[in-house]
Amino acid sequence: MKEYEVIIGLEVHAELSTKTKMYCNCSTTFGADPNTHCCPICTGMPGVLPVLNERVVEYAVKAGLATNCEISRFSKQDRKNYFYPDLPKAYQTSQYDLPLCIGGHLDINVNGNKKRIGITRIHIEEDAGKLIHDAYTGDTLVDMNRCAVPLIEIVSEPDIRSADEAVAYMQTLKSILEYLEVCDCKMQEGSLRCDVNLSVRPVGQKEFGTRTETKNLNSFKAIHNSIEFEIQRQIEVLENGGVVHQETRRFDDVKGVGYAMRSKEDAQDYRYFPEPDLAPIVLSDEYINNIKDNLPEMPHIKKERYVSEYGLPEYDAEILTSSKKTASFFEKTNSICNNPKSVSNWLMGDFARLLNEKEIEIDDSKVTEENLASLIMLIDKGTISSKIAKQIFEEMFETGEKAEDIVNKKGLVQISDEGAIKEICQKIVDANPQSIADYKAGKDRAIGFLVGQVMKETKGKANPQIVNKLLLEIINK
Amino acid sequence: MSVSKEDVKHIANLSKLNLTDEELEKYTTELSDIVNFANELSNIDVDGIKPTAHILDIKNVFRKDEVQPSYDREEILKNAPSKDAGCVSVPKVVE
Ligand SMILES: [Zn+2]
Repeated sequence: MKEYEVIIGLEVHAELSTKTKMYCNCSTTFGADPNTHCCPICTGMPGVLPVLNERVVEYAVKAGLATNCEISRFSKQDRKNYFYPDLPKAYQTSQYDLPLCIGGHLDINVNGNKKRIGITRIHIEEDAGKLIHDAYTGDTLVDMNRCAVPLIEIVSEPDIRSADEAVAYMQTLKSILEYLEVCDCKMQEGSLRCDVNLSVRPVGQKEFGTRTETKNLNSFKAIHNSIEFEIQRQIEVLENGGVVHQETRRFDDVKGVGYAMRSKEDAQDYRYFPEPDLAPIVLSDEYINNIKDNLPEMPHIKKERYVSEYGLPEYDAEILTSSKKTASFFEKTNSICNNPKSVSNWLMGDFARLLNEKEIEIDDSKVTEENLASLIMLIDKGTISSKIAKQIFEEMFETGEKAEDIVNKKGLVQISDEGAIKEICQKIVDANPQSIADYKAGKDRAIGFLVGQVMKETKGKANPQIVNKLLLEIINK
Repeated sequence: MSVSKEDVKHIANLSKLNLTDEELEKYTTELSDIVNFANELSNIDVDGIKPTAHILDIKNVFRKDEVQPSYDREEILKNAPSKDAGCVSVPKVVE
C-alpha cells in the first residue's frame, strides 16, 4: 500500500453568547418551549427590517484579535440562498467576500510538538432553526427558536494533518473562546460544532485529492473518530482503484460510521448577493484598539505566568489554564491558602476525577474555592493528614459541607501526640518480628509496611512523619 | 433569450417548484425580459465611480443587545398551513 498524506481544514461554528438574536430582540436562551422566542423578523416575514446586534460585531472582533487576524475596516453582509425548512427566510444572512476578520493563526500543541495552524477568515452569520422528526405523524416539525441566533464561523487553512491535530486545534480554539466569554462552548448543546473538510493524497503528489465535508460534529470524540473513519475510507477507495467523490457527509457517533448525505450536489448553488436591508460595517482604529486593549489574559500567556509566578511545572500550568473556569478556581483558592502546588494537585487529581465521574463542570460542583483552601490549610497546619484529607474531600464533594465541620463531626484531627503514637508503634513492632528482621537485613521497604500498619490502627489519623521517626527510633534502639 | 430554459429549470429546482411545459415557456420569456431590462444598466458609463456595497450612503446601523418580549406562539404560527406540538409541521425531510 502507498503512503498517504492527510489534508484537513476545519470550519468551526460558535454560537455567540449574546442575550438577543442577531437582528431582533428575541432571547437566545437555550431550551425554551418551541417557537416562544420568535418574532416576524427571525421567522422571515415579508417586509420586516433587521437591525444588527452591536455585540455580534464586538464578539467577532474579539475572536479575530485573539486568533491574530486582521480586522476589516470595511465589511458587509450577504444573503446565502438555499431552500430548507429550518430556514424560514430561504436565505441565511452571512458574509461572502468581505468578512470581518481575515488571515490569522493559532499555535497548537500536539504530543509536545508545537504547530501553527492558519486561519483563513472569521465571519458572522445567523444560525438556522431546529427540525424535529415526529415519529407519530411522520412529519417534520420546525422549531424556530434558534433561527437567527448569532454565530461566528472560523475557517482554518488546510494545515491540519491528523485527527490528533484537529482535536488539539479545536481544544485550543474552545479555550480561547471561553476566555473571551464570547461563546459558552457547550458542545453537547451544539453551541460549538465543526465541519471537517478532508482529502488524502499519495505522499509526494502535488495536487490535493478530492475532498469531502463531514458536517456538524459536536464532540471531540466525534471529530476524532469521524476523521479516522474518513481517512481509512478514502484510502480504501483509492487503493481499490476508485475515485473519491466530492460530497457532504454525516457521522453517526454511536455506530462510529460515516455516510454520504442524499442531497443532490447541484443544490449547492447559493447565489450570494449583498444584503440590501443591512448597512455596511465600518470599524475605526479606535474601536478596534479599544477592544484589543481590553482583551483578557489568553491561555498561553496565563500558562507562562503560572510557571514563573507560582513555580508550577509546565504540565500543571498547561492543564490548569486550558479551561478558564479551572484557572479562575485555581487563582481564587490559591489567593486564600497560598500553596499553588497543593491547589494544583487537588484540581488535577481527586477533584478532576470526581468531576469526571459525575460528568459536571467545576462551577457546578458543591466545593467552593474557600472550602478547598481551608482543607489545604488544615493539612498545611498538620491538623489532618493528607490521607484523611482525601476522605474529607470526597465528603465535601458529595455534601458541600465545610472541611472543618467534617473534621470536627467525625473526630478526624490528626494525632501528633508522640506518646500516644509511640505506644501504637511499639505494639506494631512487637507484632511483626519478620518485618523488623527484613528491615535489619537491608530491606528498606519493610518500614513502609510498618507505617501502613500504624496508619491502619489509627484509622489514618496519625501524623505519618512522626510515625516514621518513632518506628525507626524503636527498631534502632 | 438571455435566460435559457435550462436556467429556468435550474432555478425552479432550487426553489422546489414543479413547472409545467407552458409555465417553463412563459417564465423563460418573462425572466429574459426582466434580465434584459436590468441589463440596460450595463450601458451606463461608470468610469470613475467607486463600487458600492449598499445603495444608500449609510453604515453601522446597530441595536443594543437588550431582550424584548417575543410574539405569542399562536401569533407566530398563525400563517402556518399545518402545525403540531407548538411547531410548524412540514412534509418529512430526509437527511
Ligand atoms: Zn425575533
